[in-house]
Amino acid sequence: MPRPATQGGGRAARNRAAPPPAAATASAVSLTRAQRLELYYWMRLTRSLEERLVNLYRQTKVVGGLFRSLGQEADAVGSAYALRRGDVLSPLIRNLGSMLVKGATPVEILKQYMAKADSPTRGRELNIHFGDTERGFIGQISPLGDMVPVMAGVTLTFKMRGEDRVGLVYVGDGATSTGAFHEGINFAAVQRCPLVVVIENNGYAYSTPTAKQSLVKQFADKAIGYGIPGETADGNDVVASYEATKRAVDRARRGEGTSIVELMTFRRKGHAEHDNQSYVPAGQIEKWAAENDPIDRYVARLATEGVPATELAAIDAKILREIDEATDIAEQSGVPEPLDALTGIYADPPTAQPLWFREGKRAVVETSERPSSWGTFDAPAKGAD
Amino acid sequence: MAEITYLEAIREALFEEMERDPNVFMIGEDIGGFGGAFKVTDGLLAKYGESRVIDSPISEIGIVGAAAGAAHMGMRPVVEMQFIDFIANAYDMLTNYVATARYRAFLPTPMVVRGPSGGYVRGGPFHSQNPEAGFIHTPGLKVVYPSTAADAKGLMKAAIRDDDCVLFFEHKYLYRRIKGEMPAGDVVIPIGKARLAREGTDLSIITYAATVYKALEAAEQLDREDGLSVEVLDLRTLAPLDDEAIVATVKKTNRVLIVHEDTRTGGIAGELTARISESCFEWLDAPVLRVTAHDVPLPYAPSLEDFVLPQTPDVVLAARRLAAY
Repeated sequence: MPRPATQGGGRAARNRAAPPPAAATASAVSLTRAQRLELYYWMRLTRSLEERLVNLYRQTKVVGGLFRSLGQEADAVGSAYALRRGDVLSPLIRNLGSMLVKGATPVEILKQYMAKADSPTRGRELNIHFGDTERGFIGQISPLGDMVPVMAGVTLTFKMRGEDRVGLVYVGDGATSTGAFHEGINFAAVQRCPLVVVIENNGYAYSTPTAKQSLVKQFADKAIGYGIPGETADGNDVVASYEATKRAVDRARRGEGTSIVELMTFRRKGHAEHDNQSYVPAGQIEKWAAENDPIDRYVARLATEGVPATELAAIDAKILREIDEATDIAEQSGVPEPLDALTGIYADPPTAQPLWFREGKRAVVETSERPSSWGTFDAPAKGAD
Repeated sequence: MAEITYLEAIREALFEEMERDPNVFMIGEDIGGFGGAFKVTDGLLAKYGESRVIDSPISEIGIVGAAAGAAHMGMRPVVEMQFIDFIANAYDMLTNYVATARYRAFLPTPMVVRGPSGGYVRGGPFHSQNPEAGFIHTPGLKVVYPSTAADAKGLMKAAIRDDDCVLFFEHKYLYRRIKGEMPAGDVVIPIGKARLAREGTDLSIITYAATVYKALEAAEQLDREDGLSVEVLDLRTLAPLDDEAIVATVKKTNRVLIVHEDTRTGGIAGELTARISESCFEWLDAPVLRVTAHDVPLPYAPSLEDFVLPQTPDVVLAARRLAAY
């Protein structure tokens, strides 16, 4: 695997070099041909769906920020693919791929970003912040690290009930600095919860490089502090990501408790679409794009395994059709009814009453604004009258 | 029927709810073999075992978060804060995660966070706090703070059975000082309903928790010495507030004194005053007055703590001013 360009040397630069893929290639035998093509499908779907979202964002149809996982599709898809039906994961903002593997649909994602009335959160939450315990994913919240304790509790329940289920929670390099990460993983470790903590090391937490986040050489080294196994794998190799996660998932399923899996990758887009990544050393993004793109690498690998390019092209075409259909459906959905804002805060009472100055009104402003840092524009508050 | 203490009443509720529902479990620091810093959970481990009475690391974020995750999966966790002061460590988890879960993600989060609260016990700045106001401000949380043994038991049952997160404040000054007879059977006190602790016609004192007893002592004294008939409303639940009971007592006596042990600025008395002002202005014969703690961290020395916290003579003084207005 080509080693990505590094600037300035030092530990942060070393961290950016993913391990060589040789070991992973050798042990990829457990996946069937159909499964290997599925991995391709999920990665390509992730990327193409995000590309569609970029278009919609530029058309101002995405009303909030847009978060890309460009270059990280392999670690998201590969790790989630190691779970079974019945297992539960909690994604991060760059785990669209993980959610798709777990059953989230393109139309749900599009409706979420477009704040539609029939989006999974009915317009209450942004982007991919949503979940479905039936399909096995629990929506994250913005304070990073918080999902680690929550997933410790989810998996504690699996253990208490003797269920054959495993949990997986994603954190970034940045979240490892939070108290919630520490308390959650330590609690899960002590309770032998069947939990896999995947640390996606993509080099940056917003603009902060890993060198300013922690002095550990690898975040998997933190495992020793919790008395649990830790492993680092090449997050831009979808099969390696799958296999490393699978080892941790299998341990959890055998009752051997919590593990850390660190997946080395690189965030090729800004924190969100507005972020121009001025803080990334020149050339690094381009180098990763040219030499270590997870989809390009996987396509090359599939070719060596005898998968004809026409077969992948057919998958690409199918994905585009799916996204076109989903976009059409999502665009037709309406905006949330304003009074719906007052329902469902509690089970009882189910609905709050509007304040007196809003009684009898459905909407009160002509247009909705997006903060200027996201690219200012005025969007009509459609459906409001 | 024999009387039991406020603390024993809470413990009875925990036992009965664990017996009733196998999804109920306890988690907290030193709550198992040791039975908790105040022995509220004493005996639960022996009866229900380590899987349902979990001694946790010192991790308020961790255990509140884990309780939320378990609650999503259908469990009904009861989390002990060893002292309620430490709930501040879990503030993010409670306000950002738990309180929003139903609204943003349709995730039920039926859980109770309970712990010893309040002063008058020479506990100093970190073992005496009343942090309820910070949570009342957060939509999605419910807050109860009982003053009697029977209410403590009945409200704990309600809290555990509630489908949302309930913060259950237990006043540690009352733990062993207050006793009461428990009603027969499985009595659940509804969340959101105040209790008329004393009926009166001349003025109303609205209060909760330990200061209910300051108010009752003051009412006795005012009756004896001034011939004043003082009504005392014990809120019991702070979120959601029982507006009906509050309005009723205001309209009955037309003079309102709010008493709480929490500090003054941003305390719940301000919210009560605003509500009364908005909805009952024309019924008032005097401005709403407050007797609260001073706005200082709670000091340790008895002479200092007693000065800072509201005392019965303060309530008497304020009530006399209100009656004379």
